[in-house]
Amino acid sequence: MTERLIRILQASDLETETEVNVLVVGNDADVAELSLEGIARIELNFPKFSDGRAYSQAYLLRRRRKFAGDIRATGDVLVDQLVQMQRTGFSSAVLKEGKDVADAQRQFERYSAFYQGDVVVHEPLFARS
Amino acid sequence: MYQYTEFDRQFVRARAAQFRDQLERWQAGKLTDEELRPLRLQNGWYIQRYAPMARISVPYGELSSAQLRVLARVAREYDQPDAALLAEAQEKQLALGPVPVPGTNRQVVTKLTFGYGHFTTRTNVQFNWIPITRAAEVMELLADVNMHGIQTSGNAIRNITTEELAGIAVDEIADPRPFAEIIRQWAALHPEFVFLPRKFKIALNGAREDRAATGWYDISLQAVKNEQGELGFKVLVGGGMGRTPVIATVVSAFVPWQHVLSYLEACIRVYNQYGRRDNVWKARIKILVKAEGQRYIDKVEEEFRQIVEIDGAPHTITQAEYDRIAAQFVAPQVGRPQRDAAAARVHEIIRADAEADPLFDRWLQRNVLPHRNPELRAVLLSFKRLGQNPGDCTADQFDACADLAERFSAGEARVTHEQNLLLPWVHQDDLPELWAAARKLGLARPNIGLITDMIACPGGDFCSLANARSLPIAEAITERFQDLDEEHDIGEIDLNFSGCINSCGHHHAGHIGILGVDKDGKEWYQITLGGSNGSDLSGPATPGKVVGPSFAKEEVPGVIEALIDTYRQLRQPAADGKFEPFIATLKRVGHEPFKAAANAARFVEKEIA
Repeated sequence: MTERLIRILQASDLETETEVNVLVVGNDADVAELSLEGIARIELNFPKFSDGRAYSQAYLLRRRRKFAGDIRATGDVLVDQLVQMQRTGFSSAVLKEGKDVADAQRQFERYSAFYQGDVVVHEPLFARS
Repeated sequence: MYQYTEFDRQFVRARAAQFRDQLERWQAGKLTDEELRPLRLQNGWYIQRYAPMARISVPYGELSSAQLRVLARVAREYDQPDAALLAEAQEKQLALGPVPVPGTNRQVVTKLTFGYGHFTTRTNVQFNWIPITRAAEVMELLADVNMHGIQTSGNAIRNITTEELAGIAVDEIADPRPFAEIIRQWAALHPEFVFLPRKFKIALNGAREDRAATGWYDISLQAVKNEQGELGFKVLVGGGMGRTPVIATVVSAFVPWQHVLSYLEACIRVYNQYGRRDNVWKARIKILVKAEGQRYIDKVEEEFRQIVEIDGAPHTITQAEYDRIAAQFVAPQVGRPQRDAAAARVHEIIRADAEADPLFDRWLQRNVLPHRNPELRAVLLSFKRLGQNPGDCTADQFDACADLAERFSAGEARVTHEQNLLLPWVHQDDLPELWAAARKLGLARPNIGLITDMIACPGGDFCSLANARSLPIAEAITERFQDLDEEHDIGEIDLNFSGCINSCGHHHAGHIGILGVDKDGKEWYQITLGGSNGSDLSGPATPGKVVGPSFAKEEVPGVIEALIDTYRQLRQPAADGKFEPFIATLKRVGHEPFKAAANAARFVEKEIA
């Protein structure tokens, strides 16, 4: 069981959100060079769910840049990506329209742990006490 | 062999359950075909020409007898097409026409087979006829013996391979298997690296001789020791076959073993960010490394520095973890077989029979390899013989190999990159018994490293990517070279056959390569000469060169015969009293006489007509 930390949003949830300072980052951007001052949320887009660049971007924003605000996945966000999104540093994800939140929740209940370290648990399995 | 922990077992079971959940959502219409595609690929499930194909992971080729028996069961009970599907497929493949066997009036026609597994060049096992409706069941069955299809396909880190003599080679620098296992665990469901621009293959070589084709991988790790005698790895990046064959670049001459995971992370993160995603033919890391050159290397070095200095290198391999994994790869205790008086008499009879048979001597020469333990040998079971496709293993053969492994090899067998099965722990006193048993099974053909020991992919008979069939042509060539005297006289040669440019049959690395191409909906074949996988025999890794316009399928076996005839005319004696091998003659005299012979073997009349 992996505790679900990422907020799963549906399109309708966005209407009631309070406005914050958002930075939309393209997949080509080098996140090492972004100015993050005053930014409350970074949005990383998945043009296709099979385009994995945003995972590295999220990882670098959390681990290297120590960004503490919200990192949100937008675009082609499907149920089976959510666990890896959480593990690479995303804190919210806007699920593609028509996808079932219950199916999404089930994916977090499947694995007790993973081999690698990630953004949530830094050490790999072998180095955990 | 690596023994699964309770965590490992749970993990593989969870993966099987996850796959079932995904398939059920797809069947319920909650996942589109396109959405399911990468998910099934990441579990090794392709949709092929007539049926799905399942690719089961065999990390660094190692299989236990228990695993072989479950593969037998999958072959027997699940690799079974329904009659109508088989009949339809057979009819369509037959319509593509026969292939003649040179020097005979025999023609080879396609015979689609089922109920077997296929050993691949990346040491996996593939099944061709399992209905998708039974996929979840098969994965659960495999999970019971710690097997899975995790990342055997898809744009992720694929099965980790090593040379097949890992841990037993006489020229070993370090056993690569503990590192391969550590990397396997690290790569499994890596959250950042399962949607890379393209597939990603990692190989390790622990010996002096390169037997893992390290020049040809996305990343290769070659064991080296520094001046202080400390172990590390030379890291090569950006090798690959496909449409643009490229030999890997040395990105670091020495990475201490403790930092292997961190260094891989750096190499792959840079690729994930900067590898091309706009064109599938330019998406492999080889294109990035070629285009960026030193800039790629600098970027990796900088990323590695930040992993260490900023992230604190959390994936540094600890001595404790290395020791824990390495302890599982200690050599099993294999002593001289104990025989009572009666058994000793039987052994003497079997031994005397074997020694009186010249085939046994040939088998010792070709199929039996030296071992680090002088009392032991590594024995290759040949899966290259007439009547069965290269690397195909039937259900009964899987079961029989499980028995052989148990009886003669401490319960372990290894899939080799040449699509055979190796028994790594055979006592020399058992060789006559093993030979007799393997012979009964048709697995003792003394042809390892010779022309009929060719690498071939399943080709157009099964694979929807293939442009042309490989199996009937492979069979025609095999039939042409059935005379063992002749085959031994021809000597060592790498003949590699791919049904399409994806290069699963490693044609680029063959001394002779055959590549299926499609012209006007017909099957044509490009022949290349002088490729190398990087072994001592073949020399530094390099792609072969095309001999000329492609050949019609009917011409190919005759072209191979002409190339071999040319070699036998031009070869010179070698120091050991034998002849120099094919590749040496080719390098010495150049490609011209071979090209001329190949072109002369075209069916000219037909082209004019």
